[in-house]
Amino acid sequence: MKNGYLPFEKPLAELRDKITELKKFTQEKSIDMSDEIATLEAKAARLEEEIYGNLTAWQKVQIARHASRPTTLHYIRTIFTDFMELHGDRLYGDDPAIVGGIAKLDGRPVTVIGHERGTDTKDKIARNFGLPHPEGYRKALRLMQQADKFGRPIICFIDTQGAHPGVEAEERGQSEAIARNLREMAGFKVPIICIVTGEGGSGGALAIGVGNRLLMLEHAYYSVISPEGAAAILWRDAGKAQEAAEALKITSADLKALGVVDQVIPEPKGGAHRDPMQQSAYIKEAILENLQPLLNMTPEELVEDRHRKFAEIGRYTTIVPT
Amino acid sequence: MLLKDLFRKQRKYATIPSPEAKKEIPEGIMQKCPRCGTIMITKELEKNLKVCKSCGYHYSMTAPERIRSIVDEGRFFEYDEDMVSEDPLGFPEYKKKIKADMDKSGLKEAVITGEGTIGGYPTVIGVMDSRFRMGSMGSVVGEKIARAAGRAVDKQYPFILFSASGGARMQEGVLSLMQMAKTSAALEKMHRNGLLFVSVLTNPTTGGVSASFSSLGDINLAEPGALIGFAGRRVIEQTVRQKLPDDFQTAEFLLKHGQLDRVVPRHELRDTLIKILEFHAYGRETQ
Repeated sequence: MKNGYLPFEKPLAELRDKITELKKFTQEKSIDMSDEIATLEAKAARLEEEIYGNLTAWQKVQIARHASRPTTLHYIRTIFTDFMELHGDRLYGDDPAIVGGIAKLDGRPVTVIGHERGTDTKDKIARNFGLPHPEGYRKALRLMQQADKFGRPIICFIDTQGAHPGVEAEERGQSEAIARNLREMAGFKVPIICIVTGEGGSGGALAIGVGNRLLMLEHAYYSVISPEGAAAILWRDAGKAQEAAEALKITSADLKALGVVDQVIPEPKGGAHRDPMQQSAYIKEAILENLQPLLNMTPEELVEDRHRKFAEIGRYTTIVPT
Repeated sequence: MLLKDLFRKQRKYATIPSPEAKKEIPEGIMQKCPRCGTIMITKELEKNLKVCKSCGYHYSMTAPERIRSIVDEGRFFEYDEDMVSEDPLGFPEYKKKIKADMDKSGLKEAVITGEGTIGGYPTVIGVMDSRFRMGSMGSVVGEKIARAAGRAVDKQYPFILFSASGGARMQEGVLSLMQMAKTSAALEKMHRNGLLFVSVLTNPTTGGVSASFSSLGDINLAEPGALIGFAGRRVIEQTVRQKLPDDFQTAEFLLKHGQLDRVVPRHELRDTLIKILEFHAYGRETQ
């Protein structure tokens, strides 16, 4: 839809169009219709509340995948200063699906890493739509090891459909690259904060996601399998992705309830793409709030804290189902 | 012409296993090799560690069979034997499926962990069983493996884990995904403590299991012909829009691409493991 509206936003889009039209009309004809406009604006506000206050899991997935949703580079450039991108894994190549480097957070040097989906078509293709190859994860690992050596906090932005499924990725050890990151991240002696900003697609997302704190944007999702993939397995029908999205419990509220996510970062009404600068401000605030207590921990405490976080995730019992 | 030649010729025309042909064989008494079609008496097959006498095909082993084939005198002390899955998401059909797999396999979950000696070396052992939810990893599998690694740290024992898994368990959603991090973190602690972790990848080891603990061995071994990989074959075929070679994602393929230390036939596996344990026991004798 035009102006980047999603199908479920249609009533709101129409109403806003009407308001714009009316305003234009009153200006041109110099007729006072402020009462009518006020009524419509109140109605729009109510409608906004109604639509955005009750988003289904599937609607959130659509927002998380929105073509204009801000990407990692936007957040890096607006939250930090002096970003210096560093390239390559020193083994095979430089995967543009993952970006990373050193930047300053309110003057403090930090290492920032994230999936980068790309912005325009050409950029998206060059970045493989943010689906990393093993060299991407190995670049991330190299930069994290560098951060660990120099005592810099690590901030990771998670936004990928998943690790790239391809022949070369398998040949170069996609599994090993992800697995190694999970193990190494668990052991770093610096604070690690991970933020799911858009799509948290399974192992390909988790591979830069083992942090002391896991934050998540309000409309982001994080799942073990894509809703389409789950629907195809469950009901042999990828079209049932809506139902699968509900069943998989993938929203920020779900993950908070399951004890996986530590904090949900609010989004501007309608999603991050409606006000990317405001979104950056929200994220920055959350990073600073979560980083402070971590900075007071010793290296050993940081490792212990991270281990405890993941050791506690999961549900099990000794009562056999009947 | 010798009698055995006669049989060999016949086999040439019976190598395509059809669903009908499979049904002809009474279940339990005999088994037909899915690769070459050779029929073996089940008891003989089991005596042969479930390896086809004719073509060397490695049938799947159940976790109890695997344990018997590896530990000294089959003596094994199980950890966390009563841990079972919950249904944390209220996922459609999940409880029913767990119950059905329990009844079918006699197992409580898709992994058995515990300890025993192998060639006299005390070792923490984990064995996955693909009959239970395709060996998928949910909270219980993750917790049991993480705890087993924790025991290895406490006791300063090596840890050998046999994986057989389709990946993370969809029905526990993101909690399953997080078990990848949980198990890997537990192995990080072992790693930091200078303890040996040997991963034995058996058919199949894919998805989230391949992308976590099973790729983290100080030594990664695999059984011949085992399917090992991150993404599913069909997903990759759809992505690249080309047919993949037959040996794609086999143990041999991974070995060729530098992703494994060795491919070890099942008959040599116990001896290989003993040798590895011996290498790493030098200078750290246990009483």
